[in-house]
Amino acid sequence: MGVASGAPRVGVVTFPGSLDDRDAARAVRLVGATAVPLWHGTHDLEGVDAIILPGGFSYGDYLRAGAIASLSPIMAEVVTAAEAGMPVLGICNGFQMLTEAHLLPGGLIRNDHGNFICRDQRLRVENTSTAWTSGYAAAARDRAALAGTGDGPGGSGAAGGPGASGTAGRSGTASATGDFASSAASGAPEITIPLKNGEGGYIASAETIARLEGEGLVAFRYLDVNPNGSMNDIAGVTNARGNVVGLMPHPEHAVEPGFGPDTALAMRSGIDGLPLFASLLASLLPA
Amino acid sequence: MSDTAETAAETAARPVVDSVEVAMATPDKEQPYAALGLKPDEYARIREILGRRPTSGELAMYSVMWSEHCSYKSSKIYLRQFGSKTTEKMRKNLMVGIGENAGVVDVGEGWAVTFKVESHNHPSYIEPFQGAATGVGGIVRDIISMGARPVAVMDQLRFGDIDNPDTARVVHGVVGGISFYANCLGLPNIGGETYFDSVYQGNPLVNALAVGVLRHEDIHLANASGAGNKVVLFGARTGGDGIGGASILASDTFDAKGPTKRPAVQVGDPFAEKVLIECCLELFREKLVEGIQDLGAAGISCATSELASNGDGGMYIELDKVLLRDPSLNAEEILMSESQERMMAVVQPSKLDAFLAVVAKWDVETSVLGEVTDTGRLIIDWRGEQIVNVEPRTVAVDGPVYDRPVEYPTWIDKLQADNALSLPRASDAGELKAQVLTLLGSANLASKSWITDQYDRYVMGNTALSFPDDGGMIRVDEESGLGFAIATDANGRYCQLDPYFGAQLALAEAYRNVAVTGAVPVAVTDCLNFGSPENPEVMWQFSQAVAGLSDGCLELEIPVTGGNVSFYNQTGGAPIHPTPVVGVLGVIDDVARRVPSGWQDEGNNIYLLGITREELDGSAWAGTIHDHLGGRPPIVDLAREAALAGLLHAGAMQGLLASAHDLSDGGLAEALAEAVLRFGVGARVWLDELMLRDGIDLTTALFSESTGRVIVSVPREDDVKFMGLCEGRDYPVLRIGVTDSGSDGAAALDIQGQFVIGLDELHATHRGTLPARFGAAAV
Repeated sequence: MGVASGAPRVGVVTFPGSLDDRDAARAVRLVGATAVPLWHGTHDLEGVDAIILPGGFSYGDYLRAGAIASLSPIMAEVVTAAEAGMPVLGICNGFQMLTEAHLLPGGLIRNDHGNFICRDQRLRVENTSTAWTSGYAAAARDRAALAGTGDGPGGSGAAGGPGASGTAGRSGTASATGDFASSAASGAPEITIPLKNGEGGYIASAETIARLEGEGLVAFRYLDVNPNGSMNDIAGVTNARGNVVGLMPHPEHAVEPGFGPDTALAMRSGIDGLPLFASLLASLLPA
Repeated sequence: MSDTAETAAETAARPVVDSVEVAMATPDKEQPYAALGLKPDEYARIREILGRRPTSGELAMYSVMWSEHCSYKSSKIYLRQFGSKTTEKMRKNLMVGIGENAGVVDVGEGWAVTFKVESHNHPSYIEPFQGAATGVGGIVRDIISMGARPVAVMDQLRFGDIDNPDTARVVHGVVGGISFYANCLGLPNIGGETYFDSVYQGNPLVNALAVGVLRHEDIHLANASGAGNKVVLFGARTGGDGIGGASILASDTFDAKGPTKRPAVQVGDPFAEKVLIECCLELFREKLVEGIQDLGAAGISCATSELASNGDGGMYIELDKVLLRDPSLNAEEILMSESQERMMAVVQPSKLDAFLAVVAKWDVETSVLGEVTDTGRLIIDWRGEQIVNVEPRTVAVDGPVYDRPVEYPTWIDKLQADNALSLPRASDAGELKAQVLTLLGSANLASKSWITDQYDRYVMGNTALSFPDDGGMIRVDEESGLGFAIATDANGRYCQLDPYFGAQLALAEAYRNVAVTGAVPVAVTDCLNFGSPENPEVMWQFSQAVAGLSDGCLELEIPVTGGNVSFYNQTGGAPIHPTPVVGVLGVIDDVARRVPSGWQDEGNNIYLLGITREELDGSAWAGTIHDHLGGRPPIVDLAREAALAGLLHAGAMQGLLASAHDLSDGGLAEALAEAVLRFGVGARVWLDELMLRDGIDLTTALFSESTGRVIVSVPREDDVKFMGLCEGRDYPVLRIGVTDSGSDGAAALDIQGQFVIGLDELHATHRGTLPARFGAAAV
């Protein structure tokens, strides 16, 4: 999908009860794209190039998390656009909506331990060829290239606002992320981003799980601990085409030094979520 | 169904409305004022004001509005000190002070911050989940009412003995309720307190604090001005929940033999409140609201009488217009209902259509109840009859004021005489180490992550500091980095020993906890939790605490901007320890300059700021190791606290401090352990010089709770500058150690010549306590 001119326009849908919509919009701006607020009650996608369904408790999680939102007027348009290949990302409640709308397989149920959980979560990016994860492969290459150049992290002094450009953000990721891309065994990038949910347990039929694993459709997998009882430690999945991705953890909360997870280098300096949004830019801009 | 369509049978089946007319015709009708919580003299006063007996609707209104919870009748004469002890200089940055829904402070760059802490103690004991949830909901609506976007919450929780089986019931309910409500509202929970003590067994304390930010020009107030302006009720429908909550629950003592009070607890719907927040913010943005008030305690009774009192004084309401969840509610129940997630706005007629359009966009239900008048009377009609006709100030403002009997509790002399000097001290290093670990794993000093991991601390993307750092910090302006810090504290044990200094100690600790983040303390909120005001000894404790707190604020030159009093915190004859929770708000020009509470890098020097005295009375050491409470609390020196805060701010702004951590409960030992645990960087610490300089023994060095003390870590290259800063300000400073990752990555707390505790053992001890009692940690 080509973009005629200017920065790509990324729609962030606000439903009643959306909570992380402003954060998703901030992440979009930080990589240099334009965030376009979209409203659940309309059929208007306002000509956006990609769509994010943000986290929250749309409709208070009544019935089932994401169930009512998946029937909103705008979701009809999201489904059509996704089927036509538009990049669509669902974060947390957005992931729940994508499964309810059958854009992604499986479902999300109450955490096995019964409590809401908020923690900094390590993940492995299992598939770096989707519209939303290719940036992790690129960032891993950048990091390898930068290794040993002494590019300081900036840490506590770099809590810059939205002024930080996309380019600076990407190179920042490569240098400021301690654990990043350190999986010696598999070569798959490893990241740490916040997780916060009450209903994050991923489930699917045995056949679906087998298909996801067999076809490489598991996009993110929990490392160290499985925080919610998800099958096969699955944290996020993609469709076969790679344009629709959903995950429970929150990449938009790890995009700005000073406001992300702690890292070995500095307090709250984790920005491992940034490559995800940068991926989109790469997939939208003409090569 | 319209009135005219009603059948004769329906009309006949309905009880006669107790209208003003009926009240005048039946002056001798017996009224259930006592069941509504009114005393005989209060009832007589209402009759005197009205010149007749009140209607049942008026009686309902007076009973809830004259309750202790709403009228502050026992505390009012004391609370005036907060105003009288506020100087012009202290008012400089105060945009809205005590009396409104919440205070508003100018934080610069055209921004203002509004904040307040409030109690929801009684509902939370009856029904912990809903009680705590609606506590969050209520304080957040106070913040919205000021015209602000809520941006953070924190909770001050006090439970019974951690080993009492009933404590787990209350903890699970309260934490679950806060998690459920605040997470669903999308507000980061950035700090708070959790204490366990058997004095709270039958009366847990659940205080909730919320903070909001707004531009100066967006301040809204709760007043109804402009005759002809419409009075609109919007949000959730009115139901039968929480009827009489303020008068029956919050203003009376629990009695084990009494009837169940559960129907008086409200039920919360955070989704409705989240939508209400966004809806109100859009109404404010479009300038569609003249005055606004949230509906909390005393529901429509409170909102109508307060709005009218603060405005032109007159209001006409048709109660039939209230949208009901339960159509069988009678007028009195509608007036008293504390159904959640409701707001009342005053809207110009020309803006009403635009107002209704915004509300409809958010799928929020609305009804126009009536309008502002210039009659000076609050008049409420119901089914065609006038059921309320009062001067609103007599309901909302000029309630009863009591100068309750005050009596010095003679038991306090004996308590103060029984000090900690005679308590045995550890005889060797092994015992000392065991005591450090016992304290670290004790209910009150153990990690509270089992609780805080159930709260969202990331949402909104502006959290610069949160638990377990000493204060929470939120970025206000994404361009400039301007932010605020906030911390709350209260030590009930100290207050039991001496309520005057106990309250000042709470203030000093909250002030210090803000200062260690690098922010400048600017304003105070408080939630004063006490026993029954009808107990003269409790009133003495209360009067002492208010005097201590107000004197302290005057000395520190930071004003109290608002807060809450919660009396009747006792089951049976035993009141809780006096627990004045004090919240201090600070401002920081750029949150990038903030300072965490733990060591981030190895090789930094560790300095102890301040002097350590033998102050173990009332300490965590005395309580946990010796089960002892007696003596006098530590000396408070607020001038020193101010000097320390100035020093910390300068150090933070010059980038000299890698960390700063307050010393309080558990003393130096606890602070060192927490600083190690924060990022997993260890330390080597030597105490000989400290013991020599201050003339103290090892137990005192490790466990004394002397005030005005902070440990900081400073990179070696900044040593000279930092020492210069301390000398220039004449603040006592001593190098007591160095941070150290340990050989082959095995970080430890090494008290040289005494004992070494490995990071793993510290971690297991600190984190294990709560999961062991309340179920395995989630992960």
